[in-house]
Amino acid sequence: MSESILEVRDFSVEFWVEGVWYPAASNMNFDLKPGKVLAIVGESGSGKSTTAMGLMSLLAPNSRMSGSVKVKGQEMQGASAKVLRKFRGKEVAYIFQEPMTALNPVYTIGFQISETLRAHFDLGPTEAKNRAIELLTMVEIPEPHIAIDKYPHQLSGGQRQRAMIAQALACDPSLLIADEPTTALDVTVQAEILELMRGLKDKLNSAILLITHAMGVVADLADDILVMKNGVIVESGTSEQIFYNPTHPYTKELLAAVPVLGKGKKRNFVVDTAQRSEPVLKMENVTIEYPKRGRVPAFTAVKDFDLEIYRGEIVGLVGESGSGKTTVGRGAIGLLPIKSGRIEIVGTDISNAGSDLLKSIRRHTGIVFQDPASSLNPRMPIGESIGEPILLAKKAEGEALNKEVEDLLESVELPRHYRNRFPHELSGGQRQRVGIARALALTPDLLIADEPTSALDVSVQARFLELFLDLQSKLQFACLFISHDLAVIDILCHRVAVMQDGLLVEQGERDSILKNPQQAYTRRLIDAVPVPDPRVQAERRALRLGLK
Amino acid sequence: MRTFKKKTSTLQSAEIDSAENAIANREVQGLTQRQIVIRRFLNHRAAVTSLIILTTLVLFVFTGSGFHVGPWQIPGWWKHNIDTLSDLIVCSEGRLGCPTLSVVPKWLGGDGIRLGEHPLGQDDIGHDYLAMVLRGAQRSLMVTFIIGTVAGIIGTVVGAIAGFFAGRIDNVLMRFVDFLITIPSIIIGSVIGYHFGNLGALFLAFYLGLFAWTGLSRLVRGEFLSLREREFVDAARVAGASNNRIIFKHILPNAVGVIVVSVTLLMSGAILLETALSYLGFGVIPPDVSLGLLISTYQDAFTTRPYLFWWPGITIITIALSINFIGDGLRDAFDPRQRRKVTLKERRVKLFNRLMRKSQNV
Repeated sequence: MSESILEVRDFSVEFWVEGVWYPAASNMNFDLKPGKVLAIVGESGSGKSTTAMGLMSLLAPNSRMSGSVKVKGQEMQGASAKVLRKFRGKEVAYIFQEPMTALNPVYTIGFQISETLRAHFDLGPTEAKNRAIELLTMVEIPEPHIAIDKYPHQLSGGQRQRAMIAQALACDPSLLIADEPTTALDVTVQAEILELMRGLKDKLNSAILLITHAMGVVADLADDILVMKNGVIVESGTSEQIFYNPTHPYTKELLAAVPVLGKGKKRNFVVDTAQRSEPVLKMENVTIEYPKRGRVPAFTAVKDFDLEIYRGEIVGLVGESGSGKTTVGRGAIGLLPIKSGRIEIVGTDISNAGSDLLKSIRRHTGIVFQDPASSLNPRMPIGESIGEPILLAKKAEGEALNKEVEDLLESVELPRHYRNRFPHELSGGQRQRVGIARALALTPDLLIADEPTSALDVSVQARFLELFLDLQSKLQFACLFISHDLAVIDILCHRVAVMQDGLLVEQGERDSILKNPQQAYTRRLIDAVPVPDPRVQAERRALRLGLK
Repeated sequence: MRTFKKKTSTLQSAEIDSAENAIANREVQGLTQRQIVIRRFLNHRAAVTSLIILTTLVLFVFTGSGFHVGPWQIPGWWKHNIDTLSDLIVCSEGRLGCPTLSVVPKWLGGDGIRLGEHPLGQDDIGHDYLAMVLRGAQRSLMVTFIIGTVAGIIGTVVGAIAGFFAGRIDNVLMRFVDFLITIPSIIIGSVIGYHFGNLGALFLAFYLGLFAWTGLSRLVRGEFLSLREREFVDAARVAGASNNRIIFKHILPNAVGVIVVSVTLLMSGAILLETALSYLGFGVIPPDVSLGLLISTYQDAFTTRPYLFWWPGITIITIALSINFIGDGLRDAFDPRQRRKVTLKERRVKLFNRLMRKSQNV
């Protein structure tokens, strides 16, 4: 039992970029014993995924590795392709972040699982299929004998991730490498997947190498933790040590940056009652439908939605993915046509406005998108992106425009000379600030923020939220803040609205919703949020299971 | 095993994207998009070589045979042109009009290095063949570039409109494209050649360009269909941008890679189409010459006077290949995700340099 499944010694990975070797991970040393979970945490770019891929030599050809990686005593570094192939899938299996891209869309999940099986064992098609059904049952996919013939796109996100876990478990691997296995999932689904992994680990006695940036997930699952920064392990220890007694400043910083539901700095807010008279955004009985497309029937994404946002107020909109949050955000500023109901922005009805009216309303609205990488035009310098609304509103031109753009950059704490940079030259956090600068270019009355922090690391997120709050209290815009992260909502918002399946479940003051939810759905959302504290998380887990 | 392998390979690339981000940024820091593209292009050895070859060829051909600018005729440096008839040179074994070019020096047993009166020989009645190849290449190049430009513009605009507006407009335009695609280009070409061939090669090229854009428009449409769903398009719309601005300022620059590649392919296709048409007798009509015409005229001479076949042939291949390579280089340069593989040689050179530095320090 005490024999390690994975032994890593002096393991380094370097990438060759334009004539220089860049270290992505250096001098990694760790062991992993059966039945244990080792978590590697760190921010993006810290080399945690690179390490995981490097273990089984799955890196790009412009990389090189050194040191020793032993799986069950067999050296993997420099092993022949044949040996590696034998170990991959059989002894070491991977679970990836995005099951939609990691599963092949043109094959049924049953086919993909049995293919893995038949690659490693001498099995007939029927036997493989039976085993696949067994596996799907094990990962608790409902009606496995039907699900086995489904294609990845026919399953929900959580089920896809389960199918992928089933595929990973097909050959009873002794080591499971899970690279951000729950990042793409909703909290409620995340809780289920974590539960599943915990159960499977105990059942199969396999070791798990968990790679994640979510401290809550780590607290839930990990026995031991490695903290990585810039390719180096800065601290390692048991879960308890790291969480309750971190020694390295970076670990402390990382833990401090994690927003905790109900523990954030309380913000007192005063919304001027005099201004309450006229809401900046008023949605009444709004129904938004995606029209029929070919054989796909029309889909009602949002139904009978009511919401009012006043000046100086941030309203959080939460819900699972697919609940229609983003649709509401887009509808609210006229990016999507609405089927029925009424939307008013600063007193103007835009429900079925023509393009001229919409154009005039654009001066009063701004939107920050979820993915800063895709919301900035990759072929445009960021200064041009930020200045575009000003230019199109004919507020300034030439030198005056440049000046305004530079002021905006300064207001989001970016250097003025960044005007001529391109999006790919900035980090994720910087790009998102550019997104904000653009949204605020015309000092809008209404800002829609669509999951602006979900693509950011925790420490970046913490700085971003601070900046956001600063700007909001200075400019007093009304804001609809869409997020699935309740802890973030807790820090930012005055009021919270909860959505499920296109319907508004409940809305009210932040504290009354988060502390004392009236609806079972809201309760479930709040309970599923993992807390970055192993003891508390263990209690919560026990409680949740007890409730079931 | 197949799925598993596929799985790992897609993830490999995704993983590299994220893990190497910091490193990749270093490569392009502080450069404008244009500088990046130019630098990447210059790193593409085959493309740069092709560009040099093609430029040299264009200069050589145009200065050699001269050209018209409006009513003025600018003479070339080559003493003959396609109209002058000189006496057929009699060479060994009583053959007439063979090439006088010789590249083998005397001390190797050859005739010495010289051009002679007719370096590439003469045709049946005494025209200088170098003059004809020069003029032919000039015609073929002009045809190529005209077809490329006309088809490039039409294809891009039609594709952009269809892809951006989608729905009914897309349907109408694409069904029209489908209709055009069903007609083989060689037949369109011969009909046009038959009717308009007498107007000259340039008109022929223009008309061919009017029919050659279908494939390009399909590609551009596809690209636009996916780009219009990107968030930066929504962001531009929220900023108050008009459709025109979104199409030309926001989306088109992102589709440049596809357009450039497709147009270069189109151009090298055009040169072959012109050749094929002239070969069939519908393209360039004598006394004007083009490379395709030269080849078709002298196909029978291949066994007895192969030089009449080789020179225009080699020129065609050179033009078509170098355009293709330039397109390849441009595509790589425009693709921001393009990451070059490290060759063994580069590693060795790097290692060597490092050792040298070390030894100097010591």
